[in-house]
Amino acid sequence: MTVTTADPAATYRQEAAELLAQLEETLLDLESSPDDQELIGKAFRALHTIKGSGSMFGFEAVAAFTHHVETAFESVRSGRFGVTPALISLTLSSLDHIRGLIDAPEDAARPEIEERGAALLAALADIVGGAASGAGSAPPALIPSPPGERKTWTVTFRLAENAMYCGTNPLLLLEELRALGECAVTALDDRLPGLDEMDPAGCYLGWKVVLTTDQPRTAIDDVFIFVADDAQIAVEEAVPLAVAAGKETPSAAPASPPVPSAPPARGESRPSVRVQAERLDSLMDQVGELVIAQARLTQIAAASDDLALRSIAEDVERLAADLRDTTMGIRMLQIGTLFGRFRRVVRDLSQALDKSVALITTGEETELDKTVIESLNDPLVHLIRNAVDHGIESPEERLAAGKPAEGRIVLSAEHAGAQVLITVSDDGKGMDRAAIRRKAEERGLIRPGADLSDSELFSFIFHPGFSTAGQVSNVSGRGVGMDVVRQAINSLRGSIEVASEAGAGSRITLKLPLTLAIIDGLLVRVGAGRYVLPLSAVEECVDLSPEDDAQGVTDETGGRSFLNLRGALVPFVRLRGIFDVPGRAEGYQKVVIVTSGGLRVGLVVDHVIGQYQTVIKSLNWLLDDVEHFSGATILGDGSVSLILDIPHLLKKAQAGHVVTQAS
Amino acid sequence: MPKTIMSVDDSASVRQLVAMTLRNAGYEVMTAIDGLDALIQLKARPVDMVVADLNMPNMDGITLVRELRAQPAFRFVPIVLLTTESQAEKKTEGKAAGATGWIVKPFQQEQLLAVVRKVLG
Repeated sequence: MTVTTADPAATYRQEAAELLAQLEETLLDLESSPDDQELIGKAFRALHTIKGSGSMFGFEAVAAFTHHVETAFESVRSGRFGVTPALISLTLSSLDHIRGLIDAPEDAARPEIEERGAALLAALADIVGGAASGAGSAPPALIPSPPGERKTWTVTFRLAENAMYCGTNPLLLLEELRALGECAVTALDDRLPGLDEMDPAGCYLGWKVVLTTDQPRTAIDDVFIFVADDAQIAVEEAVPLAVAAGKETPSAAPASPPVPSAPPARGESRPSVRVQAERLDSLMDQVGELVIAQARLTQIAAASDDLALRSIAEDVERLAADLRDTTMGIRMLQIGTLFGRFRRVVRDLSQALDKSVALITTGEETELDKTVIESLNDPLVHLIRNAVDHGIESPEERLAAGKPAEGRIVLSAEHAGAQVLITVSDDGKGMDRAAIRRKAEERGLIRPGADLSDSELFSFIFHPGFSTAGQVSNVSGRGVGMDVVRQAINSLRGSIEVASEAGAGSRITLKLPLTLAIIDGLLVRVGAGRYVLPLSAVEECVDLSPEDDAQGVTDETGGRSFLNLRGALVPFVRLRGIFDVPGRAEGYQKVVIVTSGGLRVGLVVDHVIGQYQTVIKSLNWLLDDVEHFSGATILGDGSVSLILDIPHLLKKAQAGHVVTQAS
Repeated sequence: MPKTIMSVDDSASVRQLVAMTLRNAGYEVMTAIDGLDALIQLKARPVDMVVADLNMPNMDGITLVRELRAQPAFRFVPIVLLTTESQAEKKTEGKAAGATGWIVKPFQQEQLLAVVRKVLG
C-alpha cells in the first residue's frame, strides 16, 4: 500500500518520461521489424496512456497533440498503413515535441512551439492521409444542465435479477431519482417468486416512480447509466397533474405493497360528493369498533394453530388499518377554513384598541381532523385577542422602540410527525417575567425567590384567574381566557408551549394530535389494571433502579422523587401511589418518561406491555370530575382500559416539583 | 466512520490522483499496483468499494472483478472499472464479470466523485 502525498502531476511527469523512453525504444525496434503487431500495439498503448493521463493532470497541450499521433498509430494498428521509416522518424520527432511540452508546459502556448507542433501534425497527416484532422478529445465537461421546464415523468424500472451481485444498490437509484425532484415511489411486486424459489439477494421488485423535475430527460437516463444494458427501463412523460402528487402515499421501503388505488393520472375533473358531517362521525365510530373487533380476532388467531384463521386475521388487520387511514383522510379539513375567520377578529380588535396590526397566516393547507379544527376556534380567538391586546404595543410605543408602527401577528400551522403545530406569534413587547413572578408569589403559587425555568414561569399564565394586566380592558385582562385555552387544548390531547423575549414578542405553540378518534398508545400495567399512554407523549422507557426506588416512598402526593437520566434530573411519580394500589410491585418496575408542553416527568409502572392501537371512547359526563384519565378504550380481550391524561399528571408532578425545589 | 475505497492501477499517477481526490472528499483510500496486489490486500481487509483499472500487468481489472465476486465478502461491494474510450466492448465484458459501473479515462475529479457517490451512496 503506497501512501504518498506527492503531487500527482509530478508523478505523471516522471511516468511520462519513462513511457516516452519506452516508446522511443519500441519505435527503434519497429524500424527493424516493421510488421511486428505486438510492437505496434505497444506503441499505441504508450501514446494512449500519455494522452489520457495528460488531460487528467492538466497537460492539455500534451493531450491534444498526442491525440493526433495516437490517431495516426490507430490507422497503422488497424492495418490501413504500413510502418515506414518516414513515419518512424516523424513519430520520433513528435515524441521529442511531447517531451518538450511535458518539461515546459508554460511554453506550450509560444508561437514557435505551436508552429512546430502544427508542422509535425501536417507531416503526419501527409503520411497517413488526413488522420490528424480530428479535433482533440477533451473530456466531457461536467456542467450541470440549466434547469428546464418542470415536467412530470413516469419512470418504471426493473433491474436484472442478479443486479445486486454486481454491486448495484436499488435504494441508491431511488435516492438519486429523489434528488432530481419530487418523487412518488410505488413498488411493483408482481414478480416476487415463492419463498422456495427466492434467492434472498435476488432483485425481484420493480419500481414505478412519478417524478416531477425541472431536470432534462438525460438526467433521468444518467441515473440508470450503469444498469441500462440489462434492466427494463421506461421513461415516459406524464400528463401534468392538476393537483400536486403529494397526496399519494409514497412507499417508504421498497418492500411495501403498491398503493392499491393510485390517484388518477389526469385530474381535470375529479368528482366529489358532499356528505353530512354526522355520517362521517358515525363512519369513524364504526371503523373504531371494527379496529377493536379486529384486535380481538388477532388475539384469538395468534393463540390458535389454525393457519387459515391466522392468514384471515392478518388480512383483516391490514384491511382494517387501510380503512382506518382512508376514513381519517376523509375527515381531514384544511385549517385555512379556520384561519380565514381571524382576519376579521384582528381587524375589529385593532380598530377598537387604536392599534395597527397585520395578521399573517401560513400553512393554511395543513390538514386536521374536523373535530379538532372545530374545537380550535375558541382557543385561537383567545390567543389572538391576547396578542393584539397585551402583546402588540400602541403605534407610538412601537415607533419609540424602533419597530415599525404596524404590529405583526403570525398564525401558522405545520405538520410534525403525527402532530400538528399551530403557532401564534407576535412582535410585541413580550411577557413581563417579573410581573408573572410577582403575581405567582402573591397568589402563593410559588415561594418567593424560587428558581424557575422560563417554561415553568410562563405556565402560570394558564392558571385560572391569573392576569398581570395593570388595568382590565373590555377585551382581555380579566384572567378568563388562558385557562380556558389550556383546558380546550388538554381535552384535545394537545399541549401548549410558551416562549417570550422581552421587547421582541411572544410565541405560543399548540401541539395537537392529527386525529381524536384513534391514537397509537403504549399499554402498561399497574397492579392489576392496564392503562394506555398516548405514544406521542412517550419519550422513552427505562428501568427503575433499586436506589431510585428507595426515594420518597411515603410522600403524600404519591411518592415523588428524582431520576438521574443521563445527567438530567427528571422527577417521577408512582402510578401505584396515585391509583392507591396496595402492596409493592413484584420484580423491576419501569419508568415511562413522558413530555408535554416542554415538561418532562417519569411515570413508574409495574410493566410495559407494548404498543397498542387505541380507539378512544370518551368518558360519560357522570365521570367528568375524575382526574388522571382522559378516556377509555377496549382491549383485544374485550376488557376496558383507561387512557392516562398526561398533561394533568405532568401538572401534578411538576407542581409538586416546583414546591420541592423552592423549599 | 469514513468508507474505505481501494484504488487499483498500475499507473502511479492515476493511483495518486484517485487517492488524492477521494481522500479530499473524506474517504479512506487503499492502493494496489495491480489486480494480484489488490486481491492479496483485500483478503486481509475488506473495503466498501473498489476502483480498478482495466489494463494491468499480472492481473487485469476484469479478472480481478471475477475473483472478488467469487468471495462472499465482495459479493455486493461496488466495483468500478476505469476504461478508455477505445475499450467500449470491454464494458460489456466487465459488466458480465460483475462490475458495477465504469469511468471513462481521462476523467475529471468531479466525475470520479460523482460515480463514487452514485454507487456508494
